Amino acid sequence: MKEVTQTPKLKFFGIGKVLPFLAVHKKLYITMLLTVLPVMAINTVLPLFQRYAIDNFIAHKTLDGFTVFVILYAALILLSCVVDFFSSYSCSKLEMYLLRDMRRSAFNHLQTLSVSYYNTTGVGKIHARVMSDTSSIGSVIAWDSYQAVSNLIYVVSALAIMFSLDAILTLCVLALVPVVVPVMIYFHKVQTKYNRKVRETNSLITGGFNEGITGVETTKTLIVEEKLDKQFYANTKEMKRLSVKLHHHRSLFFAMTSFIVSAAVAIVLWYGGIITVKGVIAIGTLSVFMTYAQGIVDSVQFVAEAMSDLVTIKVNIERYTALMETETDVQDTPEVIEKYGDSFNEKRENWEPLLGDIEFKDVSFKYPDGDEYVLEHFNLKVKKGTTVAIVGETGAGKSTLVNLVCRFFDPTDGAVLIDGKDARERSVQWLHSNIGYVLQVPHLFSGTVRENLLYGKTDATEEEMQEAVKSVNAERIIERLGGYDAQIGEGGNTLSTGEKQLLSFARAILADPAIFVLDEATSSVDTITENLIQQAIDKLMQGRTNFVIAHRLSTIRNADVILVVNDGKIIERGSHDELIKKRGTYFDLYLKQFREENIKQSVNS
Amino acid sequence: MKDVYPKHKLSKAGTLWYLLKGSVSVFIASIVASALVTVVSLLVPEIINVTVDSVLGKEPVSDSYVKIVSAIGGVEYLKQNLWVIALLLIACALLSALFTYLRSYLNNYANQIFMRRTRDKLFSHLQRLPLSWHIQHRTGDIIQRCTSDADTISNFVSGQLLSLFRIVLLIVFSLVFMFLKNVKLAAIASAFIPLILVYSFVFHTRVRKHFKKCDEEEGVLSTIAQENFTGVRVVRAFGRERYERDRFEKQNTYYTGLWTKTLRILATFWSTSDCVAAVQGLCIVVAGTVFCVNGSLTTGELIAFIFYNTMLIWPVRQLGRIISNMSKAGVSLGRIGEILNGVEEEYGEKEPLSGDIEFKDVSFEYEEGKPVLKDISFKIPEGSVVGILGGTGSGKSTLTYLLDGLYAPTNGEIYIGGKPISEISPATLRSNIGLMLQEGYIYSGTIRENISLAVDNASDEDIKNAAKEACVDENIEGFANGYDTVVGERGVTLSGGQKQRVGIARTLMRNTPYLIFDDSLSAVDSETDAAIRKNLNEKFKGATVIIISHRINTVMHADNIIVLDGGKIAESGNNFELLKKDGIYKKIYDLQFQLPEELKEGGAV
Repeated sequence: MKEVTQTPKLKFFGIGKVLPFLAVHKKLYITMLLTVLPVMAINTVLPLFQRYAIDNFIAHKTLDGFTVFVILYAALILLSCVVDFFSSYSCSKLEMYLLRDMRRSAFNHLQTLSVSYYNTTGVGKIHARVMSDTSSIGSVIAWDSYQAVSNLIYVVSALAIMFSLDAILTLCVLALVPVVVPVMIYFHKVQTKYNRKVRETNSLITGGFNEGITGVETTKTLIVEEKLDKQFYANTKEMKRLSVKLHHHRSLFFAMTSFIVSAAVAIVLWYGGIITVKGVIAIGTLSVFMTYAQGIVDSVQFVAEAMSDLVTIKVNIERYTALMETETDVQDTPEVIEKYGDSFNEKRENWEPLLGDIEFKDVSFKYPDGDEYVLEHFNLKVKKGTTVAIVGETGAGKSTLVNLVCRFFDPTDGAVLIDGKDARERSVQWLHSNIGYVLQVPHLFSGTVRENLLYGKTDATEEEMQEAVKSVNAERIIERLGGYDAQIGEGGNTLSTGEKQLLSFARAILADPAIFVLDEATSSVDTITENLIQQAIDKLMQGRTNFVIAHRLSTIRNADVILVVNDGKIIERGSHDELIKKRGTYFDLYLKQFREENIKQSVNS
Repeated sequence: MKDVYPKHKLSKAGTLWYLLKGSVSVFIASIVASALVTVVSLLVPEIINVTVDSVLGKEPVSDSYVKIVSAIGGVEYLKQNLWVIALLLIACALLSALFTYLRSYLNNYANQIFMRRTRDKLFSHLQRLPLSWHIQHRTGDIIQRCTSDADTISNFVSGQLLSLFRIVLLIVFSLVFMFLKNVKLAAIASAFIPLILVYSFVFHTRVRKHFKKCDEEEGVLSTIAQENFTGVRVVRAFGRERYERDRFEKQNTYYTGLWTKTLRILATFWSTSDCVAAVQGLCIVVAGTVFCVNGSLTTGELIAFIFYNTMLIWPVRQLGRIISNMSKAGVSLGRIGEILNGVEEEYGEKEPLSGDIEFKDVSFEYEEGKPVLKDISFKIPEGSVVGILGGTGSGKSTLTYLLDGLYAPTNGEIYIGGKPISEISPATLRSNIGLMLQEGYIYSGTIRENISLAVDNASDEDIKNAAKEACVDENIEGFANGYDTVVGERGVTLSGGQKQRVGIARTLMRNTPYLIFDDSLSAVDSETDAAIRKNLNEKFKGATVIIISHRINTVMHADNIIVLDGGKIAESGNNFELLKKDGIYKKIYDLQFQLPEELKEGGAV
């Protein structure tokens, strides 16, 4: 798989990648553009009323037709407001719908990607892509096209009117536009640079706070408060320096644009004044010109801003596209999908029961991002109802076999047979629904206890659920929480690690899988909980085919086959007695583990 | 040490004033610049007024400007040389640009002084708050206060508060100019101000609720995604992709709907307030035209009036939002004030310390009624090594916290060199006691920086020696960058054992007369543990050493061993005495050293 990090260079800021999402809401988009048109047209026309008032009523000292004038004026204002509501509301809707659709697509796509993607990319980054990248894209695409279009309309219609009033005067104003754009672009570039630096320093400061707070105990014992103060102060000083610099440019930019606007007015007054004196245009026209001059410069600024926003979301679009174009490592064939269904549309009626015989047949495997084979011509038959324990030091690569059993990866060569058939001949969902998987760090979802317990078997009865809880001795946890409908908080944060483990065991028992995979925890829990967990594990493993990444001596001893892993490779295999007699790596590992467990037990009993 | 946070608690305003120290004058300068911008921009309509009426038109120059006009050449001259007026406008524009720049720059400069001070004060204060304070607060919450709450306050000061000044100035000045021009027309214009202001305020106050709700719901959506990504293995293993998709979809749709609704309210607000503003503009044009026709107003005055009005109306609409948002800053100030109002530890002066350590009837409880230590009495002669053996929750770590002055005993007293530690300054205690925590914090930075953190001007040789004594030199040299390897949040992750040994090296560097190992060898294997203790025996002969552990191996060679059980001393004596006693120590000893037949080296093969 490997995420597509080097996305093909996106043209037009990558807008093309967003078009399919826009296409769905074509109507809304068109409504938005169509309603913007009259709003801006009216806005452009309104100053003409001012001119008319000055050049006709005031100049001729008469109020003839004034009522009609007022009514027309008021009607236009009202119309503009009503249409404006529709255009800005449809723009809002467009933004939200784009956001919703992009998030939905990304989330659903992620449900089909292999687990390895999550390992290599990191949850934080994935989360940012689904939640924040989409948010920037949605708002920029919707609002900036709104801004750009409306301001362009204003500029064009204002220019049209101005040309019809006086061409040379219009050219005077237009002469300023080429000045505005390069100024904008220059300042935008500089600001982007400093913005990035400011953000980096800001994250240093946040990191500093984090460190100061989480490390406070150590800081106090070492009495290094002043030293850390100094380090932190250096960051805040740098932050100040950079921010001031950034704002120097920003302020300069504001000042320059405001100057250009005023210059536009000055030019109009100067040249317009001359031709007014000569009687070429009336005073009303002059005042209208001044209004337009100001408006056009403002509008050009808006358009330029919209363009620069597009530049900034380019990177968001790139990241989003990279996610969407990533393919899964483990892909069911069309035939398999045809028969068994896909992630979201399972055809359970075609699913045969899984018995639990597993065989690794001449399996060779290397990770997609690795160059070395971690398994070569590996053969292992695991009969239904037997237990395989995998042992080894931290980081030795114990999860490889588990990854293959669970089909988080497919073998590079050879095959994993399940009940005698290549695992690839049946769907991933079929396999997964028959595997119980309990992790080292138990994962619970926010919600009620019940929701969590029933996660693997939604149609379980109340009795079944209570039975499962009872079998792992977790009734007391439920009692403490206040029943099955108690909320367990985000990630189950109202529970201790031991309690989370017990509940995740109950969840697995309820799902009643034929294959059980356990990544045993090393975290220390008190003796009572430890015993409960031990019992729960024994219970869970009964009558299933088990794969255990094992740390507990009892789990290891009771396994039918023990595989010792080092440097990603299996270096010893056999039963406990056989391996102990061998006095090899297993013996050392076991002895060490024995001592550790012994020490813990001896002082805590 | 001036400028420390006062001992007595400050109110919100007091906190703000304290934090504003050093930036107030710059803020004021920025306000002055802001006032100048306003004045200059109000001059422009005046120039236009005079130009339109007297230079281009035939009205006499109004009394207030007669002198100025004649000073620059008189009406006739100006009519021929309109460039003078254009130049005047350009000059105004330049001035305005200059002041705009100053306003924005100074404002940010002041804000940066303010932010820097706020961050620095918070950081140094947090480090000096007692451990008991930190235990009562969640890390995430404190960080949030230091970052987003601080940002909120900064926005309040530099954004809202300053805008408030600026807008009020603008309103006052424009109204003054408008009233000077024409009382009736000004009255019409200003009649709308309270209307728009109140409408905008009420609206923003009400819509804030919706915004908050939307934020919360986005939080829920974000959590669903987060939990799905972190729990991807669970989702897959239970085959719940469809359920997850539906869950996300439901919340995604709900959230979108909620926002769309809020945005509709927003769109309604903007179009109605646009409408009100436009109607106000209409009223001015209409009434102005009537007045002009009546002859009570000149054309130039009307144009100037319209200028003032456009300048006025936008800020008024903003004002409502600003006032409404101000309450947010109050909440943030309160949250930051709570940190600053916490009482810092009194460190006192560092003085040398020597002599025996004696605990006399020491009891301690973190929570009332739950004693962790009960009537502990023992004596550690200077220069001796004492071992403290105990299981989880026996209170052994608490002993060291008390000794290091991180907490004060609830009852009883600890003496060092015959002096009660309540009379010894924490600075003296901590600079003489080298306390090594079980999970000492590793700061982000290089290994070199970490080891030399607590001493000034450490030589590379000292650092290497300390690392050697802590048996971590080899590991460090094994990294590609050796001692310059970056560790901590942004660097290489050290294993638990490596972290502990870096922590030990760091403390050994300090060369303190007292050394405490608080379970700080727990993640180190037995051989390394022994090697480190051997190094200590050789290099730190005169030091008083306390070793806390649950490993018999680690404590058995101590001059005196104290066995803690449930917060009480169960036994004490040296290894031989305790073994002879045949009590709890003997039991633990036997359990820890027992080895089943099969594991004995060269056993049954």
